[in-house]
Formats: sequence, C-alpha cells, structure tokens
Amino acid sequence: MSRTFVGWPAFPQAAAVATRDAQLRANVARATGTIRAKRAKLVAERPDWEELRDSAAALKDDVLTHLDTYLLQVEEKVTAAGGTVHWARDAAEANRIVTDLVRATGEREIVKVKSMLTEEIGLDNALAAAGIDARETDLAAAIVQLGDDLPSHVVVPALHRNRAEIRDIFVREMGRHGRPAPEGLSDDPPQLAEAARLHMREKFLKAKVAVSGANFLVAETGTAVVVESEGNGRMCLTLADTLITLVGLEKVVPTWRDLEVFLQLLARNATGERMAPYTTTWTGTTPGDGPQTFHLVLVDNGRTRALADEVGRQALRCIRCGACMNICPVYERTGGQSYGSVYPGPIGAILNPLLKGLDDPQTASLPYASSLCGACNDVCPVRIRFTDVLLELRHQVAEGDAKVKHPGEKAALRAVGAVMEHPAAWNAAIRAAGKAGPLIPKKKLPKPLSGWTDSRIVPGIPKESFRAWWERTDGGTE
Amino acid sequence: MSSARDDILARVRAANATQRAEPGAVPRTYLRHAPGIDPADRAAVLALFAERLVEYGATVHRVRSADVAAVLAAALPEGSAVVPGGFPAPWLAEWTGAVIADTPPLPAGRLDTVDAVVTTCAAAIADSGTLVLDGGPGQGRRAATLLPDLHLCVVQADQVVSSIPEAIGALNPRRPLTWISGPSATADIEMIRVQGVHGPRRLTVVLVEG
Amino acid sequence: MRTALFVTCLNDGLFPRSGQATVKLLRRLGVEVEFPPAQSCCGQMHWNTGYRAETARLAAHFVKVFGEYDAVVVPSASCGGMPGEAYERAAETVGDAGLARAVRELAPRVHELTGFLTDVLDVEDVGAYFPHRVTYHPTCHSLRAAPVGARPYRLLRAVAGIEFIELPAQEECCGFGGTFSVKNPAVSGAMNADKARHVLETGASVLAAVDNSCLMNIGGRLAKDGHTVRTMHLAEILARTRADGPVLDLPHSTRELTR
Repeated sequence: MSRTFVGWPAFPQAAAVATRDAQLRANVARATGTIRAKRAKLVAERPDWEELRDSAAALKDDVLTHLDTYLLQVEEKVTAAGGTVHWARDAAEANRIVTDLVRATGEREIVKVKSMLTEEIGLDNALAAAGIDARETDLAAAIVQLGDDLPSHVVVPALHRNRAEIRDIFVREMGRHGRPAPEGLSDDPPQLAEAARLHMREKFLKAKVAVSGANFLVAETGTAVVVESEGNGRMCLTLADTLITLVGLEKVVPTWRDLEVFLQLLARNATGERMAPYTTTWTGTTPGDGPQTFHLVLVDNGRTRALADEVGRQALRCIRCGACMNICPVYERTGGQSYGSVYPGPIGAILNPLLKGLDDPQTASLPYASSLCGACNDVCPVRIRFTDVLLELRHQVAEGDAKVKHPGEKAALRAVGAVMEHPAAWNAAIRAAGKAGPLIPKKKLPKPLSGWTDSRIVPGIPKESFRAWWERTDGGTE
Repeated sequence: MSSARDDILARVRAANATQRAEPGAVPRTYLRHAPGIDPADRAAVLALFAERLVEYGATVHRVRSADVAAVLAAALPEGSAVVPGGFPAPWLAEWTGAVIADTPPLPAGRLDTVDAVVTTCAAAIADSGTLVLDGGPGQGRRAATLLPDLHLCVVQADQVVSSIPEAIGALNPRRPLTWISGPSATADIEMIRVQGVHGPRRLTVVLVEG
Repeated sequence: MRTALFVTCLNDGLFPRSGQATVKLLRRLGVEVEFPPAQSCCGQMHWNTGYRAETARLAAHFVKVFGEYDAVVVPSASCGGMPGEAYERAAETVGDAGLARAVRELAPRVHELTGFLTDVLDVEDVGAYFPHRVTYHPTCHSLRAAPVGARPYRLLRAVAGIEFIELPAQEECCGFGGTFSVKNPAVSGAMNADKARHVLETGASVLAAVDNSCLMNIGGRLAKDGHTVRTMHLAEILARTRADGPVLDLPHSTRELTR
C-alpha cells in the first residue's frame, strides 16, 4: 500500500511545516518560476489568446448545461465503435469496475498513464489490495510511486523533488520493481530519463493491460484524447491488448472541431509549448491497430455535487493545465502536498470542497488557503473565477450548511459589525482605540491573532483618529 | 436497485434543473490561421513549419521530389527500418539497409530491435510543428512508429497547413490519430527539457517541395 | 458636485495621516470633500471571510451614509472596490432586492483615489514635490480585482524631485489577504518576507501603495527586522508640495542631489 492523503492535517498546519522546508521551497520556486516564464512567452505569441479563452469557457459551460445529453452521446458512439462504457457513481465503484476488468484478464502487473482521476480515486491502492501491481509510467508519476511519495502538482507531480533526490529514489527502488537503475547513475537529467526509459521499456513490452485517463472526450464522435510528452502514453494506449480509460464526467467536449480550441490552449498554458510532443486520439477500437478491447469508465465521484453549486460549477471547466498553481504565491511557498489532495493550488482549494463537501476540517480549510490575490483568475484558460468560488465556499462554511463552523470568529465579526453599523458606538470605539493604543503589545498579540506578530510588529495606534482630527480642525481648515 | 448510469444521469439533470443562467452562444472569434502569417503564402507556411520543427529538436530536410531517395539514404541508419505498406518504394531505392515489413504485424519485442521507422503522414501543421499520422497508406500502425528509436517522416508540401483549426476538419476521428510535435521529451526533472524518453528519441522530417 | 470622503475604518483609526493627506490633496485640486461622520467600515473583512449577512448590513449602512453624494472618494483600492464587487451579491444573499438596486446605482460613483484624480479630475501632475527614493507595490486589489492600471505610476512619475524605482516581482501578493494573514500566518509570513526582501533590493527609503492594509503588513515585517524603509500611502506623497520641502528624516533622492 502506498501513502495517501487520508488523515492529512488542515491546510494551515500542513503549510506551517512545508514553509519551513527550505529545500522544498527552493525546488517548488525554481520549477514554478521556470514554467511561468515559458508560459508567458508562448501566450504572448497568440494575439487571439483572450478569444481562445472565451471559446473554451463557453464550450465547457455548454457541456455542463447539456451534460446528460453529451454523456449519452459518448456512450452511444463509443459502444458503436467497439468499446464498452461503464458508469461509476463514486471512487469505490470505479475501483471495483477496474479491478474486476483487470482480474478478468488474469494479469497481475499492468501499466498506467498518469491520470489525476485515478490518483483521486486511489486506484493503485485498490488494485494492490486485489494483488495487481499497477506501475506508473510517466516519469514524474513514477518518481512519486517509486519514492512512496505523494503528488504535488497536476502536470508535474514530482515538482517538489530535485535531481539528487530523484537519483537516490531510482537507485534505491528501481531494482525492487523491475530493471534496476544503471550502475553509477548520476543526477544528470538526461541520465535519469535514460534510466526511466530502460526500466519502463521492459514493462511496456510485457504489458497486456493499460489504464489511462483522458484529457478530453468528444461527444460527437466518442473520441478520447490523451496529451503527453514522453511517449509513455503512446506505449500504454498502443501496445496493450486491453485498454481501460477512466474519465471524469466533466471531460467531455461537444464536437471534434472543438478540440481546436483546447489543443491550442492546453500545452501553451500548462508547459509553455505550442503542442505537447504527443497527442493520441482514438475512438473505440481499430482492427489491427492498438488494443482490441477498450473499456471507458465514466466517473462521477462528486462531480454532480459540484455541478449543483451555482457558483462553484465553473470549477468543472478545468482542463488540469496547472497554470493556477504555477502562478499561485501560496502554492509556491507550500508546495502541493499541503493541500492534502491530488488537486493542489487554487483549483484544489475550490475543487476538493466542491467534490467532497465542507464537512471535514481539512477540506473546509482549503477555501481559506488563499490571499485572494486573483493571479489564478488571469491565467486560467477556461476563465474560472477562482476568487468568486473561494468567497462562495467561505460563505458556505461561515453561514451555510457545512458542519465545520468558526463560532468564535463569527461572534467576533458579528460584534464588530454591530458596532460599525451604529455611528455613536463606532465613534466611541475609534476614540477608545486611540486611548488604548499604548496598552496594546506591538510584538506579541494574543491568540487567535498571535500569527500576525510571528513575523511582524503591530502598527502603533495614533492618539488622534482621522475623525477626531476632522472634528478638531474642521476638516483641516483651522 | 437503479443502475449507476441512471443515478448519474438523474443527478446531472437534478443539478442542472436548479440553474438559473443559460450559457450564451460559443464565440468563435479566434484565428483560423497561424498568427502573423498569410495562409496563402505557401513559402511562409513551409518556412514556419520547418522553423518550429527545428525549435523542438527535430531534424529537417527540405528537398525536391527527385532528391528524396538520396536524402533518405543519407538520413537513415545503416541498420534496419520498418517500412509500412503503401510507403513509396522509389524513395528507398538508394538506401542499403534492411527493410522490415510489418506484415503480418510484428510483435512489440521485435519492433523494439529495429533501428528506425519511415512513414508518410496524414497532415502537418506549421504553427505547432506537428505531424499527424492516421494509420493510412505509408503510415503503418501506431506500435510501428513508436518503438524504433528514429522516426523519419516524409511530408509533401501540400499537406502542410498553417494552424490546428485548418487541419482538424480534414482529419477522420474514427481513425486512431497520433499528433507528433517534436521528439519525445520530458521536463519532469527540475523543469529541464530532456529530449528522448519513451517514444522515438530522434525525429527527422523530410519536406518535399516541388 | 457633492463629494464625500470614505476614509475607511483602517485609515480612520490607524492611518489618519493618509486621510488628512487625501483631504489636503483634493483641496489643492479644488475639491472640497465632506466627511460624513456616520461612516464606518466597508465590510470587506466580513465579506472575505464568508459572512455575507454582516456584509449586507454594512452595505446598507454605506448606502445610508453615502447614497446622496455625487462622488465618494476612497483612499484604498480594496475598500473602494467593495461596493462594486461585493455589495450586490451580499444583498442578493440576504434577499434584499431594494438594497441590491441601491448599491448597483451607487457603486459607479465610488472612486478609488487615483482613479478619481486621473479619470474624474483629469490630472496627472498634481503639483507634488517629494525628493526621495520611492518604490511602489501594486496591491492585488488595485492590480486585478478593481484594476487601476498605470494610474498610480503616472501620478508618481509626475511628482517633482522623486526618484522612482520599480519593485522586483511587484505583481506578487504581499501575503496580507485580510484574515488570511491570521488564519495562515506561516504562508502569509513567507510571502511577506519575499516582498520585504524585494523592497530592500530597490534601496528605496519609501514604499508606497494605494492600500494601507498591505503597507501595514509589509511595513510590520520591515520594522520587525529593524529596517528603516518607511511605508506611505500614495496620497501622502502626492499631498506634499515644495512648500512642505523634503521629509526631514528621509534621505534625499540621488537625482535631487546631482541636480
């Protein structure tokens, strides 16, 4: 069994630990800084970038509005093309379907293309419990799996690891799962990539069953799309006899032509490339080419819950480009694991609560894991208004049905609000503050405000407020 | 007990039934052609295609049709190459290496021992330096273009369009498509681009003009 | 034009000099503002923490206090943005259609200070004199939520004697985020540390912004670390003239010395 995020601490506690890890901070800052620069350069190449974003957002909204129709269309087209479509209400059901499908083939080791959905539902562990070893083949996903680590980014899951750490993981672990790392492996990235190539090649050639996700699923044609860089995706999608693809309901796009919008946005925004090296599209099965058995598993696992949220449903437009985490100043200081989910950063801060609800303290802490700076809004290719959704989710915690409440905070803010509404009370409060100013400790505030003075002093409160000055000088004219 | 399918569809409909806002029409005001280029200017389109391929680490030869055989002879390794059915035989007339046919389909382990694969393509896109293979004549099945370490693709100039929107309508989604934009690569280690991971580590494009 | 000053609760109690500078500056430009004493807080702290019922009450209070004015000037991008960004939704949340209508009508008349100067008064050179080395932090609200664009830079560059230095990584948040700084002090502190470091890299003696909340955050860090960089609301720079002379305890800008 590999590690999971089950029982993870709430964001402030996890982040407090992460921000003290200088190595982690350096690794994350270097990686996000590099991607940000590449993305900015490539986005600047497109004079129609804003128009592409408009189209993408509108297309995804159309998908969400008519999702039932599109899903039925997918089912019809995939079935007609020789595939089998399965529906899964939740993670357990999806895992059971895939486990049964793999069991039926008799295979004990399968290969996987990186898929956030299978991370979300914990498929690898579910298969392991059934005695099936699912090997991740994407370099970053393999680094995470071999290191018994957890992902920290949706595009580059091992972004928190540097080359020396990766070398150590390869040398220590590869031999336990197949071909060992070459003798004298250095931490030079090309050498590390070569080690991965050799280790994985053996698995690709043997594998009879592959599991993948998909970036897009075209309703009009039933076509699935996988965008990748290394070729591990092509290996899995092409060489296995049986292909099992798991897709979240929201991955649908209406027509084949609509891919022209998303294919122009995705790689540019995700990795700063015009196109990722490899895009594979397939529809059901093709005699004589690739897997002859194809299963498509459509997974809900909270997506319909998110869909019902009038403000939050826009999070389902997400195409997992990761740009929101690359630009996020919070993510840059904490890394992805602090969010306690395979979806970190701004999208994680909204998507996890929307998928899971706000009833546990860890998930309920996520909408507050943002300074609301809004940088994510500006880079999102599908125009998700992250700050709107964060504020809506905070409202649901503060005043909605969520079980997690902050009664002390609510009482305090209500009391402050009551004073602010009444001019005489507010006037008196401002004057009292000026008098109390000298009594307030500048270097150590009491809880719950003590975090402020961990790294800052409190400004002195002037003896004379603005209103007192205005009154005394008649608006500065005396 | 209701099926997962029925439950999910019911949940979707229930969620959408409560929504007040109906989304507007999808705007389509983005460019149909590569930015900064007149799609009718063929020389510019081909120059962009070559430039983008090189930028992403592919080797490009721009040749006249009479010279294809000579260029292939020089560009292919001495060893062996998979040659899919329908690949024009005259183009390999000067190459002395071993032609490996994929009929009947070779096992993956055998394909893994071949040095190269030569193909044509279904379409090419200048803006992103992309080749699209659809398994048609001269292109072979997907496994054959994946396991050899060198992929050499012959592109006819009239197959090159400027942009993805120009290309997509002519492609048949019912066929399995492979869109290739430069050789296999990764940036998973410290965001440093390493060329060549699992797919062919070298990509050579022979662009035939006139 | 009847113009009101909404000074904001933070400026009222903690940064009265910013409010005073705003009054002095506007008076110099021929605008006599009124200060309705019943004003208090825009409700941003409540709104950003999720308390919409409280926000709606404060929105109603805001409408009561400012509804009759032709213009409301606010020396804060974040507080000045509240009527436009939040009040209508807060009113809808509590089902108060009348309030929603009232805030929709009032919001376009609420102006952040630099926008009021450049767009309503149509000035860039406000006749200011500030012979010191200054850097400027574009606060997130002024950058993205209620964008003021290049206005503060245009105003600053027109100040006589000023030596303006661009702040590295200026578009990155300082980590304040209202209750974020209390709920997530570790991350907030880490963001702020980087912002303070960038401020020091400029060698400026003054850090300016259009939001005292962010300046309080960054200034609190600089002061805790023993640095003498001063934080000043942009209004305090724009309000000073040659008659005021240089700020006595600030180093002169090098540009001024070489003149």
